[in-house]
Amino acid sequence: MKVHTYEKGFLAVGGVLLVACLFALLYASVAHGIRLPGRVATIDPARVYQTPPFDKPGLRQVGPREYVAVMVGQAWAFNPAEIRVPRGSTVTFRATSIDVLHGMNVEGTRVNLMLIPGQIGESTQRFDEPGEFLIICHEYCGIGHHTMAGKVIVE
Amino acid sequence: MSATIVFDPRGFELPADQRRILRWTIYIGFIALVAGVFHGLANALSYARIDFLGWFPGLKTYYQGLTAHGVANVLIFTFAFANGFLPLLVARALSRHLVRSLVYATFVTLLLGNLLVIYAVVSNQASVLYTSYAPLKAHWTYYFGLVLVVISTWLALANMLITLQGWRKQHPGARIPLLAYICVLSWIMWGLASLPIAVSFLVFLLPWSLGLREKVDPLYTRTLFWFTGHAIVYAWLMPAYVSWYALVPKQAGGKLISDSYARITFILFLLLSIPTGFHHQYTDPGISVTMKAMHAVLTFGVFFPSLATAFSVMAALEIGGRARGGKGLLGWIRTLPWGDPSLAAQLLAMLTFVLGGVTGLINASFTMNKVIHNTAWVPGHFHMTVGSAVALTFVGIAYWLIPYLSGRGLYSRKMALASSWTYTIGLLIFARGMISGGLEGMPRRTFLAQATYYSEAWRLPGILTAVGGTIMFLGIMLFFVVIALTLVAGKRGEQPADIPVSQTLTAPSLVGWEPRLDKIKLWVAFAVILILIAYGPFFLTYTPNAVSQGYTFW
Repeated sequence: MKVHTYEKGFLAVGGVLLVACLFALLYASVAHGIRLPGRVATIDPARVYQTPPFDKPGLRQVGPREYVAVMVGQAWAFNPAEIRVPRGSTVTFRATSIDVLHGMNVEGTRVNLMLIPGQIGESTQRFDEPGEFLIICHEYCGIGHHTMAGKVIVE
Repeated sequence: MSATIVFDPRGFELPADQRRILRWTIYIGFIALVAGVFHGLANALSYARIDFLGWFPGLKTYYQGLTAHGVANVLIFTFAFANGFLPLLVARALSRHLVRSLVYATFVTLLLGNLLVIYAVVSNQASVLYTSYAPLKAHWTYYFGLVLVVISTWLALANMLITLQGWRKQHPGARIPLLAYICVLSWIMWGLASLPIAVSFLVFLLPWSLGLREKVDPLYTRTLFWFTGHAIVYAWLMPAYVSWYALVPKQAGGKLISDSYARITFILFLLLSIPTGFHHQYTDPGISVTMKAMHAVLTFGVFFPSLATAFSVMAALEIGGRARGGKGLLGWIRTLPWGDPSLAAQLLAMLTFVLGGVTGLINASFTMNKVIHNTAWVPGHFHMTVGSAVALTFVGIAYWLIPYLSGRGLYSRKMALASSWTYTIGLLIFARGMISGGLEGMPRRTFLAQATYYSEAWRLPGILTAVGGTIMFLGIMLFFVVIALTLVAGKRGEQPADIPVSQTLTAPSLVGWEPRLDKIKLWVAFAVILILIAYGPFFLTYTPNAVSQGYTFW
């Protein structure tokens, strides 16, 4: 029947399109270096502030224009609430939570990370443009959730 | 040539008491929808920074309202509707009574579960949002109530399976009528998919909330949630697909093109709906990138049966439109019976679902997911799937189903049509706001009206969200008015005499490969194997890290 010829054609085109999308995805993740967070390490949320590197939250330089930002999420603030880096810096955010789930989304960047008690998450971003970028907690974490924010200042 | 999709096309009516209980099961769903949309309106207004809290005296916090909106509209509404609708269709398809005790048990379990959840949410002891992420710890009645809701879906599944088993014993060698087949397969998929969340609630969260378990692992329970959590959206969608495949062609004057293709599509949903959950956890630490990539590929895979559905449904509609005089390439669209409120609602649901599907593929693409994860984009997306494809289809079904079950004719076709169009226009404005705001980082699940931060880029998206949400609210309110008036003032005797059961162009074959499609146990076995491949490596290599006591930060 003719209908089935059309259907086979439609599904073939659809299938090819989906495979093409998957290849585009593969290409984008390789060519643009887009990485998802994987397994890093576990941590006891009750002892975050006694466990290095989280005993000293904040920015530390690890190379020329290379930084690690050690961040702690807690109800309802980021610690530290603000980090300053010169433009052209590459910053690896290393973050965890001491209480409930939090999120960390840096406005206008690819830094989008869940902070899960017991887990350490990592995400790397290069900051080329000067300016102020909001860090927003984007996972519901209780009554003060909408007050939990921070800032990346690129100078 | 055409063939039937039910055992006896001449008609069948369930005993009055079974019909009555199924009707009340469905009412629970629509009552939950009413309760939930008030909070939906409130949430939408918050995106335009309108602080509505003072207007809702019963509401203690934004997040209590958001919990109520999610629980009522995506958990109670959808499952209550399916618990009534699917068994009714199976009975009709097989011309067979359901198991009376199970019809009652489904209803009572659902009702009891609801009462417990309502108590927990209304008393503000469960403002954890419908995802129930630990270590936010709700009152035990919340978890237990939701467990009962899930058990009610299992009872509905058992009812359909026993009814089908009885029919097959009496008709050895016969093909399962298509309508019964797609209903049963849909709910078997849900039955499988519901097991991880049942484990999460029964083994971890419920004992934890009762003080019997000291600590839980937030990543572990979250992973169990999303193990169920992607398939759950297909569980919401499947009753709508059943209507689009088996009932809508009849309402549009067309025919379903192929019995076997429809069965294959539902088999693909059974196989592919569940092993895709990690695409909700792309940005989670603690899960390997390889697993996330595998789930990305499978998520693209589950798009395929939806493409097949798009073809089948459109072909059936085209047959209907052409039979009614439609000419040319697209002329058949105009000649569809748009004046039938039941069909119009479902056609609008399909149109918005195209946008829902496309945005869904973007969610599954992990490169773009990093931009939109947990932003307003995501609710923008799922209001075009569950908030329209599902909700508007259930509304459309209600326009024949409630008259059919209550014995009263639909009160006003014009009001019913106006409701669906209003809702759809509102939805498109709302989703445009949410989607564009999300691309600018506007967060979801956040009380923006009182937030200590704001971005100028969110102003227009926020206003569109609020305007669209208000129009959606008015549209759905009109639906409730129509249904309420139907129940009190609809003319007796004007109701449809039978369920609108379609026909197919090609009959199910008794020879060759096609009868193998009816070997349901075989397909379930394949589904289990695929689930083990997709989730096995995670659970084998992950050591549960029970570190979290509970918090009640609300």
